Amino acid sequence: MASEVSSEQSPKVSQLGDSVLWTRLDAAASWARKNSLWPMPFATACCGIELMATAASRHDLSRFGSEVMRFTPRQCDLMIVAGRVVMKMLPVLQRIWLQMPEPKWCISMGACACSGGVFDTYAVVQGIDRFMPVDVYIPGCPPRPEQLIRAVIDLQEKIQKTGTVHAREFAARSNPEGPSRFDEDELIRMRERKGLKLNLPIYDPRH
Amino acid sequence: MTSAEPSLIVAFETAVASKLPGNALTWSTFQGQHRLTIQPKKSLEILRTLRDGFGMDMLIDVTAVDYLEYPGAKDRFEVVYCLLNTESGQRLIVTTFLNEPDLRLDSVYSLWTSADWLEREVYDMFGIVFDGHPNFKRLLLPDEFASFPLRKDYPLKGRGERHNFPVVTRSES
Repeated sequence: MASEVSSEQSPKVSQLGDSVLWTRLDAAASWARKNSLWPMPFATACCGIELMATAASRHDLSRFGSEVMRFTPRQCDLMIVAGRVVMKMLPVLQRIWLQMPEPKWCISMGACACSGGVFDTYAVVQGIDRFMPVDVYIPGCPPRPEQLIRAVIDLQEKIQKTGTVHAREFAARSNPEGPSRFDEDELIRMRERKGLKLNLPIYDPRH
Repeated sequence: MTSAEPSLIVAFETAVASKLPGNALTWSTFQGQHRLTIQPKKSLEILRTLRDGFGMDMLIDVTAVDYLEYPGAKDRFEVVYCLLNTESGQRLIVTTFLNEPDLRLDSVYSLWTSADWLEREVYDMFGIVFDGHPNFKRLLLPDEFASFPLRKDYPLKGRGERHNFPVVTRSES
């Protein structure tokens, strides 16, 4: 059978023109993924209002292929943490993150999600990156929709540059990426309270 | 709130005192608020009398104040009950003082069911225990929380409670 196809009948590579595209599989997968990011809106505060405004008609996040908000983490690949995260909410946030299928990315939107913002109290987490991975940070209180769009574009560039078809690029990120869970003030306080043991159990979001 | 006629206030105070003989009742008025300070051991009995005998059928709020290092304060904690007579519109604030280590009061859940969450919140924030509450545990903070954050000797930034979580790294998530 194969011998019947002569070399004269099959077209030469140079004759194919635009009908065949040569690329790496990683690049093709990243190209497809970056243009259809499905956000998981973890909106807990006023940043969530800006997130809604970004998705609405005036700013129109769908121009960047990222308008399909889904309220189940199983259907999302981009977590947007918009607003402050309190201590009691953090296990929920981690659990939602773990429920999202690979490959997935995270945008930390606004001062509170990035650093706790003005809420430096016992109840508020001082930056979600102390407890979970973050890909793009957005400053601002709250950030304007343009900033969120910029973050999505930056994330698209990051996916195109680093993305692999089997999400191999994440394997190297095995260390905590944020600052230490304990900031300087708290370390000082802990030294001052030598001998006073904290009998607090560890939360495990996977249970 | 407009303050009541002074003669009515005196009449009310006399009527309450006659129904509660042998109790140290301290009355005061501040900006139209009529306040009654009572002994903590007798709080349930006095509040029951106010409900049954004087129509205080609604418990608006239960809260507490920490007077640590407050100028001129003699006691550490003050528990505040805000009562309302829904027929006459009369309001009464009943307060009682507590000191460590005896931070216990009788629950008023048997008088007003609205005391359920209010007393749990007071326990959550100040560590004041209400005996006789049907479901006594923390309301807002996690059950494992070891401190009472609205006490004045509790640091604003906490004692490390907000750091007691595992870190989820990218490779394992």
